[in-house]
Amino acid sequence: MDSDLIVQILFAAIKTGTPLLFIALGEVICEKSGTLNLGQEGMMLMGAVVGFLAAYGTGSAGLGVLAAMLMGALMSMIFAVLVLHLGANQVATGLALTIFGTGLSAFIGSGVVGQTIQGFQPIAIPFLSDIPFLGRILFNHDILVYFSFVMTFALIYIVNKTRIGLILKAVGENPHAANAIGIKVLRVRYLAVMFGGIMAGVSGAYMSLVYTPMWVENMTAGRGWIALALVVFASWRVGRIMLGAYLFGLASIMHLVLQGLGWSISPNLLAMLPYVATVIVMVIISADRFKEKLLAPRSLGKPFDPRNMA
Amino acid sequence: MKLKSLLVSLGLLAGASIAQAEEPLKVGFVYVGPVGDLGWSYEHDMGRKGLEEYFGDKVKTTFVENVPEGADAERVITQLAKAGNDLIFTTSFGFMNPTVKVAKRFPKVTFEHATGYKLSKNLGTYVLRTYESRYISGVTAGMMTKTNTIGYIGSFPIPEVIRDINAVYMGAKSVNPDVKIKIVWANTWYDPGKETDAANALMDQGVDVMLQHTDSPAPLIAAEKRGLRAIGQASDQSKFAPNAHIFSVRDNWAPYYIKEVQAVMDGTWQSKDFWGGIQDDMLTLASINPNLPKDVRAKIDSTYAMIKSGEFKPFTGPIKDNKGNIAVPANHSLTDVELAQVNWYVEGITDKIPH
Repeated sequence: MDSDLIVQILFAAIKTGTPLLFIALGEVICEKSGTLNLGQEGMMLMGAVVGFLAAYGTGSAGLGVLAAMLMGALMSMIFAVLVLHLGANQVATGLALTIFGTGLSAFIGSGVVGQTIQGFQPIAIPFLSDIPFLGRILFNHDILVYFSFVMTFALIYIVNKTRIGLILKAVGENPHAANAIGIKVLRVRYLAVMFGGIMAGVSGAYMSLVYTPMWVENMTAGRGWIALALVVFASWRVGRIMLGAYLFGLASIMHLVLQGLGWSISPNLLAMLPYVATVIVMVIISADRFKEKLLAPRSLGKPFDPRNMA
Repeated sequence: MKLKSLLVSLGLLAGASIAQAEEPLKVGFVYVGPVGDLGWSYEHDMGRKGLEEYFGDKVKTTFVENVPEGADAERVITQLAKAGNDLIFTTSFGFMNPTVKVAKRFPKVTFEHATGYKLSKNLGTYVLRTYESRYISGVTAGMMTKTNTIGYIGSFPIPEVIRDINAVYMGAKSVNPDVKIKIVWANTWYDPGKETDAANALMDQGVDVMLQHTDSPAPLIAAEKRGLRAIGQASDQSKFAPNAHIFSVRDNWAPYYIKEVQAVMDGTWQSKDFWGGIQDDMLTLASINPNLPKDVRAKIDSTYAMIKSGEFKPFTGPIKDNKGNIAVPANHSLTDVELAQVNWYVEGITDKIPH
């Protein structure tokens, strides 16, 4: 393998990992607040279709992303009202949201199937993109990839170094204690769920505006589910999510690249790798009771009713 | 006013009951992808619509899309049979065993399975001779490539796909002795993101003409972005990539569906293994790019004409496999049964077939 090919592979791994990164960043914040939203795939598809419709209608990919964010937020609010306000089961509601989003996106997108748009073009960042090797891998992308870099580092800082991060974790770990010291638990959860929706929307827009600039039904093809695995893989740490997303991206690229090079390695085996890795991490986490408690938000998936202080 | 609307609705009711007296033939379709895939499933649905257009009230069609291959398919096919469909088309290779099982349980219902090879009294199969159009694709790709490297995105290593890879390579080799083919298996029929990745992986390795056995237009778009070329699959995909697009091979199912429905209506339907191709107008070349070099265009037309007239059959011996054995003896053209069992690569393809 020559260095050119390695650069291209790593470049592609980042591109492939980016939609996973967006949606997993949203989900990890959502889960850190103690809410498990399995509606990722549905929110992502809605983001993809609305983003595409807006970009197609206005001719501006930027407006497309904004519309996708709004749509993601709207979808997540449906979930939030049902789960946080009415106390519906989180798993069932999330699944319903995915099914709903899959169907609705196919319905509202049927008019633009087969249309094409001018998506985002890559922007080479001056100076940085001239760094040998790394410059071509990291700083020759489109604007959404840079946005994902910024979001990741901002979230690492916010979650680990700020009061907002502490509040978020308190709500996810022990909502009753958080409530007792005057934190509005439900409000925090609403915001976290909404953030998850917005990021899912961006992720969908990345698919329909950058990755494959078109709309076809079910185009996200299960990436929302991979993101859920990714959050567990990263054991709820924001920094590890970035690493994990690129590893997932690399694994899915590698099995294609190796085949092209004529390696006789089973593509199924390579395609399986990310999931095997997730299972292994799950096993390691759950083997150690102490670790398990340390990593997963303790009240994940449990409803909280401020009127009922059991 | 009220009286009038009452009369109108009574009239409608009467009309409805008359229509019911002459029961339409109910035809069900099972698709592996969404009808909006603009490829394989989309064209089957165009065939279904052609059926409705042709027969009008005499048929009633339903379809189920996005059906996973395997156990879920059996449930869907059973439901369609229970819902009173008289004829059910299952349109993907992976629906084979589920269709066989359900056909056994509903002996009065007629089943047809696309691209498979298992027949029974009430179950027929139908296949497109896509190797014919892929041979033309290969000829074209062989002439168009500047790097002498063409790329192929495979779905699953089943005989249909392996046969078509051979056809592409033989076509390319016939016009360009130095041509190489790079094959990548995506292990999916439909995943635009993954198809993009596969196309990019191939183009990173020097491929400049892309062909595919997967169903979305994503590889075309990827080729367009890089200023390279690609051939559309199953449906007219030209608008996705006006410059990259060489032509699309379009599947045309309506003539077959109409013929089969007519046979069921007449009570003359018989189980058989049907192969349709360029000669039956079930495969056509759509939107041939007007900017192709003249000699390429002429070669496309002449190859097409030779296959259409029956003068030329791609799998005519002598053909060697890539281990040096004689796969097709001289003066022999593979029969349909033999075509359905191709599990070897022709000489010159260096890859191994994955298991």
